[in-house]
Amino acid sequence: MAVGAKLSIFAAAMISASNLTSAGQAAGVEIIKAAGTIIEMILVQLTINIRYSLMALSLTQKLDPKFTTPHRLLASYGITDEIFAVCSAQPGLLTPAYMYGVILVSAIGWVTGTTLGAAAGEILPASVSSAMGIVLYGMFIAIIVPPAKKQKSVLVVVLLSAMISVLLKLLTSISGGFTVIICAVAAALAGAVLFPADDDEEEETAE
Amino acid sequence: MKTAIYIIVMAAVTYLIRMIPFTFFKKKIKSRYIRSFLKYIPYAVLSAMTIPAILDSTGNTITAAVGTITALVLAFFELPLIVVALSASLSAFLTGLIISYCS
Repeated sequence: MAVGAKLSIFAAAMISASNLTSAGQAAGVEIIKAAGTIIEMILVQLTINIRYSLMALSLTQKLDPKFTTPHRLLASYGITDEIFAVCSAQPGLLTPAYMYGVILVSAIGWVTGTTLGAAAGEILPASVSSAMGIVLYGMFIAIIVPPAKKQKSVLVVVLLSAMISVLLKLLTSISGGFTVIICAVAAALAGAVLFPADDDEEEETAE
Repeated sequence: MKTAIYIIVMAAVTYLIRMIPFTFFKKKIKSRYIRSFLKYIPYAVLSAMTIPAILDSTGNTITAAVGTITALVLAFFELPLIVVALSASLSAFLTGLIISYCS
């Protein structure tokens, strides 16, 4: 994709390493290709990536006291969909070491993936690469289904969020980034009103 | 050179979006409503990102649907994350093979 837009392999690697996003990168490349304005670049990145703010805010509640300001400044670079998913699924407090480990593994895979992809074009046959597109979502399902099975509150939140997401997709042309925010805020708010949990322990033993 | 400016702007905006809440929000939230809200956020975010996008994830709705059902079933039986994710992909791939063989 990055090479399709006539960017050098080096530029593709730099975008990948400095942004660590998927949709954001793709949209950014489109703007560069179309010689869009800087303002446009800022607005598009904000729209697509604003969900990371919500993820970051959610993660702050489970940070280990070892997470001092320098660690936060560094680790925040790695808050992506996948890393957020893995860190949220992790029981207990998040330590800087754990988060750096997750970020390092993902970032290496990510940047080498983009660079190799840019250098060699399509390496994998189309049938394999298209089937790989579902892996990330499979991972998300693996994270949300087990708690949804055990806690009615989580089940309701998950179903509500999915329902709003489908409705927004069908009925509106709101961008993907905002859709996630709207769904997540609405469903989590409903969850908080319907099932305010006293603390995690109690919630885990609840049905 | 112009490309470098674009890349720097992209990176800066994306970093600030993550860094500001992560770094400056240090309090443990007391309100049980807000704590519950933040507790539910990960599930709501992952759910909204997955549905309905997963059905477009393989370029073919049928293979994606088979992959989705595979993932849901295996996740229900609490198989490890990597098993669920790769099985979803494998089943979508095999379905694709069957479809192309039949047509």
